[in-house]
Amino acid sequence: MRSRVVITGLGPVCSSGVGIDQFWDAVLEGRSSLTKIEAFDASGYRPKLAGEVREVRIRDFVPKAYRKATKVMARDTELAVIAAKLAALDAGLITRGSDDTESGFEIKSERTGCQIGAGLIAADTEELSRAVVSAEDDNGEFSMKKWGTQGNGDSGMNNLPPLWLLKYLPNMLACHVTIIHGLEGPSNTIMGAEASAILSIGESTRVIERGSADMCFTGGAESRLNPLGLLRWDYSGRLADTGDATDGSTITKPYDPESKGGIIGEAGGMLVIENEQHAQDRNASIYATIAGFGAAQSPPPMFLDVIEREHLKSEPLDRGLEAAIESALNDAKITPAEINLIIPLGLGVPELDTLEMGTLQAVFADRLDSIPLVTIANLVGNTMAGHGGLMAATAAKCLQTQQVPGQAHSKPIEYALVCSGSLGGQTGALVLARYPSNSE
Amino acid sequence: MAPNNQRVVITGMGWVTPLGTDINDTWAKLTSAQSAIAPVTRFDASTCATNFAAEVKDFTLADHLGDRADAHRHAGVGTQFALAAANAAWKMAGLDTTPPNLKRTGIYLGAGEGVLDYPPYMAANIAGWNHETRKLDSVAWIAKAYEGMQPIAEVEQEPQLASTHIAAELGTMGPTLNCMTACAASTQAIGEAFEIIRRGDADIMLAGGCHSMIHPLGMTGFMRLTAMSTRRDDPQTASRPFDNTRDGFVMGEGAGIIILESLESAKARGANILAEVAGFGSTADAYRITDIHPDGKGGAGAMAGALKQAGIDPNATDADGRPLVHYISAHGTGTQENDKTESNGVRSVFGELAPKVPFSSVKSMMGHLIQAAGAVELMTCIQAIQTGILPPTANLNDLDPACGLDHVPNEARDMNAIGGVEVCLSNSFGFGGQNDTICVRKYTN
Repeated sequence: MRSRVVITGLGPVCSSGVGIDQFWDAVLEGRSSLTKIEAFDASGYRPKLAGEVREVRIRDFVPKAYRKATKVMARDTELAVIAAKLAALDAGLITRGSDDTESGFEIKSERTGCQIGAGLIAADTEELSRAVVSAEDDNGEFSMKKWGTQGNGDSGMNNLPPLWLLKYLPNMLACHVTIIHGLEGPSNTIMGAEASAILSIGESTRVIERGSADMCFTGGAESRLNPLGLLRWDYSGRLADTGDATDGSTITKPYDPESKGGIIGEAGGMLVIENEQHAQDRNASIYATIAGFGAAQSPPPMFLDVIEREHLKSEPLDRGLEAAIESALNDAKITPAEINLIIPLGLGVPELDTLEMGTLQAVFADRLDSIPLVTIANLVGNTMAGHGGLMAATAAKCLQTQQVPGQAHSKPIEYALVCSGSLGGQTGALVLARYPSNSE
Repeated sequence: MAPNNQRVVITGMGWVTPLGTDINDTWAKLTSAQSAIAPVTRFDASTCATNFAAEVKDFTLADHLGDRADAHRHAGVGTQFALAAANAAWKMAGLDTTPPNLKRTGIYLGAGEGVLDYPPYMAANIAGWNHETRKLDSVAWIAKAYEGMQPIAEVEQEPQLASTHIAAELGTMGPTLNCMTACAASTQAIGEAFEIIRRGDADIMLAGGCHSMIHPLGMTGFMRLTAMSTRRDDPQTASRPFDNTRDGFVMGEGAGIIILESLESAKARGANILAEVAGFGSTADAYRITDIHPDGKGGAGAMAGALKQAGIDPNATDADGRPLVHYISAHGTGTQENDKTESNGVRSVFGELAPKVPFSSVKSMMGHLIQAAGAVELMTCIQAIQTGILPPTANLNDLDPACGLDHVPNEARDMNAIGGVEVCLSNSFGFGGQNDTICVRKYTN
């Protein structure tokens, strides 16, 4: 029999706060924090607003001896490292990089894994431009001849630091987290845009279920609040032209046909999950059980012009999300009727929201009206690879506290569904269950 | 949900490599120690410290997909390699004639990021630099970027788009994931896909990877790290794994995709079984971002994990005194550090038997395919099982004593006289301390 996996640590870092308490307060209050981008001057972009993480210093979240290594961390890695530290603290763990609790549990390195969802990391534009202009030719164009180092003195690529590449490898999120905390078990970096963290949490669950680890640090992190990253996401068709607005909550409205589009966010959303027996043996406080996981594939929504296959045009675009939800429900051995809460993406992009709502209607039929839907993209933005971690943390808190944002008195919540499609059509769904369950 | 602990077999494979795209032709070149390494033609690398690489030559997607290639015309070069490899694997597995349940057919790739859209991207980087303040002017940058950079070219660089294209081409709807664990990615993807079938979440998985870093900033990153060979005067022999004169790896590019299938599904379809996946081991060094743990314990852990799952004792021999593992496809990059620590890892796993386990690196001939390397190298293990021949490490003339093992220098080794090749390990280790090993064995009912 496979072992049951439970959530014991939550580590969100996003525009609404650092740590689960601040984040949960903002979710309960429905407080949006989508404001003008400060990370760089984005006044020339169509999207000018974001859910941005501010006043958080990476050096405060790593051991002193590791501060030097923060110089080679991209923003995505910083957010993953911060979120992992927060999750470790919340789970009461003592690791090589987190010994702030006195009564904590000392992890076993070889039995602890790390799966982090990540996005494509853009090179620092200022650093690259500084180097690129040293290789400009007489026509003002980039010259590969001048970029090379043979006979060019100090110009060209030598203006980039030696470890330049290492800042931008997507597995550096998991790499730094495993080094800081001493996690030597199975490790992975999963890339599937908004579905990344859900897929990572699902895969971590399977790693523990099959006995390859006792516990895992899992979730995701991403930031595209830099010149190239923001452009790429703008080009994905998922962001609103925010015009002169200063408050994103007036722009992005989940499932509202009048919504002007999505708002970008940056976040780290890490969890500590573990074998139930392991959690009980160390007297951990348990938020919820991960009862089911499913993954599937849709044709890429909004990108049919990229891949013009006739057979795709005749198929429902949301079939992958429906399949992922069905697999997760089957895996949890429950029916749609047993779901009491749904945390979908709800990006506020009307075309995507319509597809998503169509899927939920197909799965839940008439019952959908009576199930609370909680979205967070309207509060913190679409935080992409970090998003599933924030969604799962929201579900876990709802199950633990039996509170639903926006509802004064809610019915008991036994099962919550967390589900997501993505830019490339990859889909993932998790079923989280109340712990202990009603029948226990 | 289907029952757990399915046996998982390989029923098809396809590759796009610097030595070719046909399995048998490419294998013939690998077993005769031919090199695909030559000066870079993709861009002007003449002033680069490393001006050579192993490029995929004369590749046209239409040669592989016919009229359907046009549907993927925006796809990046790595994705195009993956489409061709997936199409070949799909056909070899007979999935075009005995179609599977597409809802139970998934994809797990270790596809790398796409190639940057250089002319407009570089134009924006130049326009964005303010020479007076010596800072980036992001307003000027984005003005130029909006003018020249194209939405489709940017979206296609997202690494998961390779699996999106393959799913669209073949109609698969099952679990679809992409991992980026640097040079270990496609080995990891195959291992994770193996676990997905074993636990019953899918019947068939297309697994492998694709990547091309033969472009200005891709090569730049490794040149700045001084990880690549700078043997400009003799590129053909520049990749010298385990040799005393090795001075770094040589960049390659390509794709490798295999069809993993539950034994049940393969039998039901009457598919030809190439080999069985026996085990997967995966560890993290948790040591340093730049260096491998010097004793090679992360790699050793991955090998030991794969062997444990396969139920193979690395210290045992058969009745003839032969170790139970017949071949190890080395990660063998040709960097000083990798080759030494990998050899240490092999020694720590196999102990006294280590000098009797044949060990070679095809990177000596086709370069390092980065995220595609592991999948292509696992396919060489399958070829070794099928033919009984081990591919050599080319350019191995002066063995580094720190790497002393049973190498296969310069000439392929025919194992048929002693019973052929039944069990192989394929190693892949990535920057950041990601270690993955897959154990494949000859399929017997």
